[in-house]
Amino acid sequence: MNQPRGHGPLETLRALEERDEFVRRHIGPGEAEIAEMLQVVGAESLAALAERTVPAAIRGVAPEGRGGMSLDMLPPPVAEAAALAELSGLAAQNRADIKSLIGMGYHGTHTPPVILRNVLENPGWYTAYTPYQAEIAQGRLEALVNFQTMVVDLTGMVVANASLLDEATAAAEAVTLAHSAHKGKSDTLLVAADLHPQTLAVVRVRAEPVGIAVVVAAPADIIAQATALKPFAVLLQYPGTTGEVRDLTAEIGAAQAAGALSIVAADPLALVLLRSPGEMGADVVVGSTQRFGVPLGYGGPHAGYMAVKDALKRLLPGRLVGVSVDAAGAPAMRLSLQTREQHIRREKATSNICTAQVLLAVMAGMYAVWHGPEGLKRIAGRVQLQAQLLAGAAQKAGLALRHGAFFDTIAIEAGPRADALVAAALTRGFNLRRDGSLVSIALDETVTRDELTALAEVLGAPLAETAGGLPAALARSSAFCTAEVFNTHHSEHAMLRYLKRLEDKDVALNRSMIPLGSCTMKLNATAEMIPVTLAGFANIHPFAPIDQAQGYLTLIRRLEGWLAGITGFAAVSLQPNAGSQGEYAGLLAIRAYHLARGDAQRDVCLIPSSAHGTNPASAAMAGMKVVVVGCDRDGNVDLADLRAKVAQYADKLSALMITYPSTHGVFEEAIREICAAVHDAGGQVYMDGANMNAQVGLTSPGSIGADVCHLNLHKTFCIPHGGGGPGVGPIGVAAHLAPHLPNHPLCAEAGPATGYGPVSAAPFGSAAILPISYAYIRMMGAEGLTRATQVAILNANYMAKRLTGHFPVLYKGARGMVAHECILDCRGFQQGGGVMVEDIAKRLQDYGFHAPTMSWPVTGTLMVEPTESEPKAELDRFIDAMIAIRAEIRAVEQGVADKADNPLKNAPHTAAECLAGEWTHPYSREQAAFPLPFVKAAKYWPPVKRVDNVYGDRNLICTCAPLEAYAQQQLAAE
Amino acid sequence: MSDLKFSKDHEWVAMEGDVATIGITDHAQQALGDVVFVELPELGRMVKAGEACAVVESVKAASDVYAPISGRVVEVNSALGDNPGTINSDPAGEGWFFKLEATAPAELAELMDDSAYHRFVEENA
Repeated sequence: MNQPRGHGPLETLRALEERDEFVRRHIGPGEAEIAEMLQVVGAESLAALAERTVPAAIRGVAPEGRGGMSLDMLPPPVAEAAALAELSGLAAQNRADIKSLIGMGYHGTHTPPVILRNVLENPGWYTAYTPYQAEIAQGRLEALVNFQTMVVDLTGMVVANASLLDEATAAAEAVTLAHSAHKGKSDTLLVAADLHPQTLAVVRVRAEPVGIAVVVAAPADIIAQATALKPFAVLLQYPGTTGEVRDLTAEIGAAQAAGALSIVAADPLALVLLRSPGEMGADVVVGSTQRFGVPLGYGGPHAGYMAVKDALKRLLPGRLVGVSVDAAGAPAMRLSLQTREQHIRREKATSNICTAQVLLAVMAGMYAVWHGPEGLKRIAGRVQLQAQLLAGAAQKAGLALRHGAFFDTIAIEAGPRADALVAAALTRGFNLRRDGSLVSIALDETVTRDELTALAEVLGAPLAETAGGLPAALARSSAFCTAEVFNTHHSEHAMLRYLKRLEDKDVALNRSMIPLGSCTMKLNATAEMIPVTLAGFANIHPFAPIDQAQGYLTLIRRLEGWLAGITGFAAVSLQPNAGSQGEYAGLLAIRAYHLARGDAQRDVCLIPSSAHGTNPASAAMAGMKVVVVGCDRDGNVDLADLRAKVAQYADKLSALMITYPSTHGVFEEAIREICAAVHDAGGQVYMDGANMNAQVGLTSPGSIGADVCHLNLHKTFCIPHGGGGPGVGPIGVAAHLAPHLPNHPLCAEAGPATGYGPVSAAPFGSAAILPISYAYIRMMGAEGLTRATQVAILNANYMAKRLTGHFPVLYKGARGMVAHECILDCRGFQQGGGVMVEDIAKRLQDYGFHAPTMSWPVTGTLMVEPTESEPKAELDRFIDAMIAIRAEIRAVEQGVADKADNPLKNAPHTAAECLAGEWTHPYSREQAAFPLPFVKAAKYWPPVKRVDNVYGDRNLICTCAPLEAYAQQQLAAE
Repeated sequence: MSDLKFSKDHEWVAMEGDVATIGITDHAQQALGDVVFVELPELGRMVKAGEACAVVESVKAASDVYAPISGRVVEVNSALGDNPGTINSDPAGEGWFFKLEATAPAELAELMDDSAYHRFVEENA
């Protein structure tokens, strides 16, 4: 057959196939709009704009002679249908047909379909941001209070936070919390040997750099060891990793008598039937809520939890939702005690936790709402009875059980029969856990009667009664989930409407742009999201044999390669499941590198004063001493001060942490000199990848001279923010650091044998959401990604240009351009009219917008990052809103509007107040609610007025009673 | 209260015999905004000058409070637990934090007097 040349039919066909169709779907502005916007900013083309923005010295992605990859790694783009087909093919290579009864904190679960479709697969929930703007996040804040209430009830504790990254990191956080609470009187942690092995491994990695010694003791020796060692904390598992249920009261008592805090890692489904750790006296309880309806996902994302006694509540890491009141005195929820965050504590912080697992916590809380306490008892009771009947079968078959008391897991002393048992189970479609000659089987709610019978056949005897099981003395007697919300929404209509009601209270990306600077709220395309819930990705246990996860492994290796190409690095680890964890993981790699070279004295970490507070907190966790480097007025590193500090610490210098483009949104011209100065002294450069969206395709951390960089896949690579998590924070490293990446004791493929251990519970972190970033890169290709960066820069500069004259724009680059975000200075309005930046942020809610990042990195400013995904029309609506707000400010400044009673100070305005019979303000209802015509066309009504932060922090309430109950308390107090 | 002494960390000290009463300055409370929580040192604890021994939290910041001079903690203002707002309304009076039995009263000489502190605040504004 003759191949057509020139414009033959196959070329035409190829053009019609439009394999890069997704590029124009992902990027908001079309060709004509881009041309128009280029004219406004005064650039001839996207390429010319990029040249004026990115310093010449760092243009280009391929690193020179440092073993890094380049964009050539990326395959050409495919269209949505082809990408979906490719990902379905990969999912099919994972053995979701084999049921894993491995346990270890990960269990099969039925995600209630009403939650699957209306929460997990619903952009109204998954595209929202962390609820910093409380008034427009009341829906998910209520869902998180449900989660906290459920955890408090089940654990028997007083306060619970709204989720941590996983059980192992929650345990590690509890350990550092206890260490801090203990105020350095002991550096020894005592751990019961029946802790999940991945939890122990993560705790060990976390403990070593900060000088905590970990002592592991058999459960029977805990009391004696606690008395002898006087540790600062004792860490116990309930039930134990091989399933044993034992009363921990005496161990907790012994710990406390020795001056230690007791930490219990507990399975929440077991707590439905068992006496709670709180009732046994525990100080801190941690765990995972995965089995409350969240898919296994090859290890995550899942919501970990932490609950504490009242005395420790102000040490709780992560997010805590509290109930306060709004300006009208109505109950309103908000994030509480946020000042405890690393933003303010910096190197004194005991945790670098920023993000939570909001989407997954919402799901777990809703699982309890859907089933209610009686439903949970039925599920737990069934799982327990299954275990009991299978235990009977084992005994009948002449197999000895290791533990007489258990909840859902039976541990069989199989001796020489272990191999045969595991193999026989596999032929029937089950993975069992094998540890030497011990074979354990963890039952879950997905196991059917037929499957239970099959398991009994594998053991060699029919299901039978047994004397063991749940000890009567440990049966739960206290009630849980008694609040109204857990006892109301049990029909699907009721649940469907409850979820919709909450969703409608919030602003997410399916309503309007969320221009949060440094957060990169870009499109989370539906085609990227669909693979997440395919059975082949959703239903794989993290410790399933690797030959059953070949689809995942292929996807992971390709994605690692692509990210290496984009960052110009030699190797990538996908294990860290948050940006903050990536920072910590990257600094540990640097630390391991210095240690391997015999440079144990290198422990100084230089951090510019403009850095995000997570940086110093991560450095402290990695055992480094933080030295602050000064910045000039524009937020650029003071090169003279840097050189002085480098000289001063010379052979003690471990690393410099630097954000690029800077936290002030500028491509610093001196970045190469900065990197060289650090390298010359033997130090390593850690680049914070928060602003990677300004780099992709134009330059790269590897080519600039960084040695390690974390990426936020939930920013630059399209994983949705989930309303405040999940995230993925992989790290890329240059070749010399590749041997020092994290690994995992339970999975050889997770990292180099020379690695320092795991930073997260699962070998590949939150593997289930990696298909999102895979799909994005696959559908964009190198050219599409580069264009996305160019348009991100265009959108930011267009916004800066159009708002200049209305708001001062701070910090432009050397050629008058901002990078991918811009900072609007609002400090000048305070003097004339008393208008604060917060008033502007809250007033934007009346216009239907989420405010930009407020007061960071500079107090009194708004940092705007539009991203490439916003079309010009949306940018214009936002700009019009800002200009209209500026006019409202001017009215106050000129005395036309009242200083105290004006639309800004009273913002946001609720429907209830705007439609009330009486209206007492000097401006109209229309100005309050419909300040611009476009607002009227699709009005979003903030559900509450401005939330009172002071009241909330002084009167901490973090669990739900019916909301009316708070209102009554409120009345009573007055 | 002209005999108050001030530290660069914005604490004030009032000496009565060898007992020093310590709080945070009006400037500090203004910078913090509404105080929502304080953590006070344990009674009997020995602290050195410059050592962090209390914590003050507002809705926008959490700060350590340092001992301006060395001594033993002999009294803490536990009324602040229920009414942390007192620190905003009366920082130099009812909003005091703790009292120290000074072990090295000579350290007082290192601190600033009223006018020096005001100059310090202006210079660092």
